[in-house]
This record gives sequence, C-alpha cells and structure tokens, in this order.
Amino acid sequence: MKHTTMKLALTSALAITAGMAYAETTDITIGMQLEPPHLDPTGAAAGAIDSVVYANIFEGLTRFAADGSIMPALAERWMISEDGLTYTFSLHSGVKFHDGTSMDSQDVKFSLDRARAEESTNAQKTLFAGIDTVEALDPTTVRVTLSAPNGAFLFNMAWGDAVIVAPETIDDAKTHPVGTGPFTFTNWVQGDNITITKNADYWGTPAKLDSATFKFISDPTAAFAAVMAEDVDAFPQYPAPENLPQFEADPRFQVLVGSTEGETILSTNNKMPPFDNVKVREAMSHAIDRQAIIDGAMFGLGTPIGTHFAPHNPDYIDLTGQSNYDPALAKSLLAEAGYPDGFETTLKLPPPSYARRGGEIIAAQLREVGINVEISNLEWAQWLEQVFRGYDFGLTIVSHTEPMDIGIYARPEYYFQYDSAAFQELMEDLNAATEPGDRSFILKAAQRMIADDYVNGYLFQLASTTVANANIVGLWQNAPTQATDLTAVYWND
Amino acid sequence: MAFLRNRSFMIGAVLATVFVAAALLSFLWTPFDVTKLDIAHKLQKPTELHWFGTDHFGRDIFSMIMVGARTSIAVAVLAVGIGILLGVPLGLAAAARKDSLLDEIIMRTNDLVFAFPALLIAIMITAVFGPSAVNAIIAIGIFNIPVFARLTRGAALTLWTRDFVLSARVAGKSAPHISLEHILPNILNLLIVQGSIQFSLGILAEAGLSYVGLGAQPPIPSWGRMLAESQTMISFAPHLAIFPGMAIVLTVLGLNLMGDGLRDLLDPKIRRAR
Repeated sequence: MKHTTMKLALTSALAITAGMAYAETTDITIGMQLEPPHLDPTGAAAGAIDSVVYANIFEGLTRFAADGSIMPALAERWMISEDGLTYTFSLHSGVKFHDGTSMDSQDVKFSLDRARAEESTNAQKTLFAGIDTVEALDPTTVRVTLSAPNGAFLFNMAWGDAVIVAPETIDDAKTHPVGTGPFTFTNWVQGDNITITKNADYWGTPAKLDSATFKFISDPTAAFAAVMAEDVDAFPQYPAPENLPQFEADPRFQVLVGSTEGETILSTNNKMPPFDNVKVREAMSHAIDRQAIIDGAMFGLGTPIGTHFAPHNPDYIDLTGQSNYDPALAKSLLAEAGYPDGFETTLKLPPPSYARRGGEIIAAQLREVGINVEISNLEWAQWLEQVFRGYDFGLTIVSHTEPMDIGIYARPEYYFQYDSAAFQELMEDLNAATEPGDRSFILKAAQRMIADDYVNGYLFQLASTTVANANIVGLWQNAPTQATDLTAVYWND
Repeated sequence: MAFLRNRSFMIGAVLATVFVAAALLSFLWTPFDVTKLDIAHKLQKPTELHWFGTDHFGRDIFSMIMVGARTSIAVAVLAVGIGILLGVPLGLAAAARKDSLLDEIIMRTNDLVFAFPALLIAIMITAVFGPSAVNAIIAIGIFNIPVFARLTRGAALTLWTRDFVLSARVAGKSAPHISLEHILPNILNLLIVQGSIQFSLGILAEAGLSYVGLGAQPPIPSWGRMLAESQTMISFAPHLAIFPGMAIVLTVLGLNLMGDGLRDLLDPKIRRAR
C-alpha cells in the first residue's frame, strides 16, 4: 500500500514536471485506407464504418475486448434462464446519448426490434434471427426471449451491427452518428477526414485522448509517406506489408503484428461449371502453394489455413495437409474430372494487395497444371456488383473479416453458392447447441465438411499489421473485429 | 546520306531500334520466362544471372522489360494505325469539301473528341468494357484520330489552291481521285513526322494507362504496371523502378529525337530554308 502511494506520488510529480515543460499530447491522427460510405453501423456491411465508430461512438449490450473475448458494455450484467431461452440484461444506469437524452431499456428494445424487423437494412440480420421478443421491464432491465437456445447470443450482441441507437437520432446517423460511447462525432470532411472528440459525460472510464482524427489515405505509397513524415500517428491495417521492416528498424515507430478474423480464400463459384465438380475444386487446392502466396504477396505475414476458420480459435483444426501443394496430384485429379488439358476461367481481383498480388501468384500456379486464368483487376464497387451480387465470376480472392463467419456456408445464395443440406443442418445444430463441448464438436465437424467439399481454396489468415508512433500505448494488436478502439489509447511522453 | 549526318535523327533511331529489336527478340527468346514466378529469389539486386535484378515475385526484370517493350510498341503502333487509317481519310474529305456540311461535321466532331484527354476516354471505355490492352489501343487510337485529321486537312487545304491540283480538276478528275493521287503523296512526309511523334506519345499513354491499371492485364508485363507495382518498394529495391522508368524515358526520347530529325530532313519548308 505504502509502495503504491509512493509510486503514485512520483508519477504525478513526474507528470506535473512534464506538463510544465510541454503540453501532453492528447490528440491522435489515425490513418485509414478506406473511407466509410456513411457512419451508421446498423445500416451497411462496410467495415470502414466500424473502424471509426465501434466502441468509440457506438456501444452495444456487450463488446469485443482486444483479445477477442466478450465483455459487458452497456449491459452491466445478465442472467440466463435454465433453458437458455431468456436473457435478462441489467443496464448501467445514468448512461446518456451524446445529445443528452438518457439511454434506457426502451432504446435497447427499439434497437433490437429495428435490426430484426422485416424492412431492416441491417447487414447482419442473422445475428438477430433467433430473437422472439424484447421486453423493457423497467428503465434498466431488458428481457430478451429467444425462440431456441443460442450459444452465440452474447457474441452476436457484441458486433458493431448490434449497437444501441436512439429512435430520435438514428435517421441522421449516416452523417451525424449519436451514440453512448466515450467519443462524440465532431466533423466529417468528405474525402479527407473524420474528427471525434472526447465525451465529457461518458458513463464509464473516460477516454484518455481529447480528440482523434481519422485520415483517409487510399494509396499505399501515400500511406508510407504519411507515416514516415509523421502526418499520421498510427495506421491500423497498414496496406503495404513490404514496408514493415523499414518501420521496425526505425526507433520512431512500433509495428504491431497480430491476428485478424480474415480468412483469405480463393472463392470459387460453386454453381459454375467446371467448379460444380468437386474433383476440379480438389485439384485446384493441390495446385496452390500457400507458402509462396504468403511470402510473395504478404512478405511472410499470415498463417496458412486449410478451412474457413481462424487458427487462433481454440476450436480450429489444421487441415492444410488435406490440400497440400502437389501439382502432379492436381493434374491427375483434373484428368479424372475430365479436364486432362485444363480449362479457362476468370479471376476477378479487388484492390487490396493480398488479392492483386496473391492473384498473380495463383494464376501462375494454376497455369502450371493447365488451368488458364484470365485476371481482371476491379475496384471495390465493380467487385461488389459483378462478383458479390452478380455471381459473374469463376474465381476471386477476398478476405472474410467477420468473426466466426463459417455460417456463410449455410447460405446457398451467398456469392460462392455452396449449397449443402448436410452443412445447413449442421449450422442449425450449432445454433441450438449451448454446451461448449457440443459447440466445439459441431464447429470441428463443420470445418471438416467444407474442407472435404473443397468449397473454396483456403489460403491464409490475414495478419493484423499496425504501424504507430513508438510512444502510443493501448492500440489493439489483434483485430478480433473491425474496430479502432481508442478508449484506452494514450501517449507515453 | 543526309540521314546519317543528322545527329538527333541518328541518336533517336539507334534508341528506337534497340527497343524495337528487344521487342522482336522477345518473341523468340528472353533470358527467363516472364510468366514463371520464383518467389524464393525475389527482389534480387542486378547480378550476372539477372542483369536488371528480379522483382517482388522473383521474375527477371530484364526479360520483363523486353516483353514490356513488345506490349508498349504493339499498343502504340496499333493506336497510331487507327489514328492514321481513320484520321487521314477524314482530313482529306474535309479539305476536299471545304466549308461544306461534311467539313463542319468532321471537324466539329474532331474538336469534341480532342476536348477529352486520352486518359478520360480510356477510363470511359474500360468502365464499360473492362480494362485490357485492346481497350487501351482503342482509347489511344481514338485520341489520335483528330490529330491526324486536323493535320491532313490543314496541309491539304493549301495544296488544293495549287496550280497542279487546279489542272487536275480541269482535267475532270474526281475529288477522291485527286486526294489520293495528288494530295496524299505530298503530305506523306508530314504524316511520317507526326506519326513518329504520336508513336512516342502512344508509348507514354500506354505506360500511363497501365500505371493506373487500365492497360494490359497481368501476367502480360507492361512498363507502366511495373512502375506502379514498384512504388511501395522503391526505398529498399530502387532497381524495380529504375529499369522500367529508364525504358520509358529512353524510348520516348529516342522517338522524339527521331521525329525531330525526320522533320528537319523531310519537311519541305525547313529543307528550303537551308
């Protein structure tokens, strides 16, 4: 006790001395490659929205912590009924929205009902699909009743798409988001930056920073120059892995390399011949040398995966051996499938370097076994239009960054169009399972099933790479969800 | 002999020949296969084995420059070809029917096309048809049409007032006949000079388009894309940018010098002034 007091006194003395010498830095400029289309996280899938607003402006009942675990947020605590159907959330009292109105159980009911409504534009409606009723029992108590037990319900409520919003302000949230978080929205200079400012009336631990600016720099070369010139203080998801050794060698910077939820896959149009033949997909999986892609496209950053699951998850099983690099086997499988001379197809690539560079490498590898791939480089808007919504592609490369998203394989209309009744049944079982042991068993079975069906080419888990000023403390090393959580960030100077 | 004595023509011709030769040779032989990646040997500095080093995929940069020359030259030649084949007849027609409705339509349409930069046209075309070398050729080609149409019309107009044309008309020759038989041979020198200049602009345009990703698509090597891809690596692997950059500079410089020299040698006005 005495020791702590001494230390505290010393620290504050130091802080005062430092404060006299020069003002402490309490603002930060964050570099971002993509500008959000708008700022309502409940109205679009764009990850860039959450990169600005998650945990900073908007909060949900629960939230992701830096290590990916689920923590209480607006809900102080909760009770789960014996049958796993009823969740009774106790909300923090005295929580206020940024416009001064108080956040209570009515807002929670409004937010959840709005997200799961028929006409809802929420990009992740499946998160709310199991909710039967939402009742506001008293201002700080909400009871959510599910139609079937759902072991992932608290996890679902932590997503950026499940944040609590106010009925009075949600209509303007796209340009003027009003949440309950430790920062308030201040200004948006379209095409350049967004500024947020500390919320003085925050209900929880206040932010240490006074303000933060998100600056949009799409070009990797410009990003490099901006970090080098210290125009930006931190650049999460830094776009050019080839530059990281230079930052590491420079004492002004720190480089945080961690994990993301981004399974980077060679997405295959499962409905389009010849990819509707599992033998062809199996052949392709053996034609691909994952390590060459990781080395060539990501300069060594990334973990090989053999199925659609994050390797840092305790339930992950390593199935990379099942689709090992074996061009001779690939050729014989192609011959078995009826394509001894290979075939021609398209490879449509979105802008990130994992896709553009990875695509060139994969095209060269597929050429070795006789598959002629015509590459076309697309902008994101074109990619969404042609590939994601139009199904007009043979192959594409994309990183699926949503956490725990193996459920997309149960959606036959999802762009790679895997339609397996057995897998859909498995996902129904998963949603109903609440016992951790059962869930783990089903998740492993699901990983095996999509690996056995060679649905897509499983390449690698995207690494999270953040370059920041060496004096910044509190940035996330891993990226369990797309977010730039500034609540605990401060300058150590 | 005059050709050999003109220094800028000679320097330009030598430079241009080197790149044309490299492009032609690349059909038969390159030191390494440019479509084969060798990631284990990426980003090597120039060595005896890899004269210009290797890129981020371990491809031989010297071989890529050779094949890239082919891409550049093919795009530029075809684009200038489109410009000449469509622009010259339009210019001749406009001159033959000076001040007619046809003249107005041709020249005002020219002005319209001329008002858009080649890059804008290329973006428009690729937005509709997708990026490819063929679309780059079309875009640069369209941009070349008014250049040749204008040049041809201007030069042809002065010829139409000359006595030998008048006598041809008196002899009852038709306008298309006169254009082909009397006008075209007399403006050929001018077209050759302009052609070589447009050719160098075409190489620059191709490099520019592929730099922004609208030209030839991978794995076909192109100088502009090589430059774009080297951008983030320039600080630790400058050879990735230096060699394609030098290739563009030297080819364009060579073609410009050659064009200047040709103008000195072929343009009747300058020749007479000497």
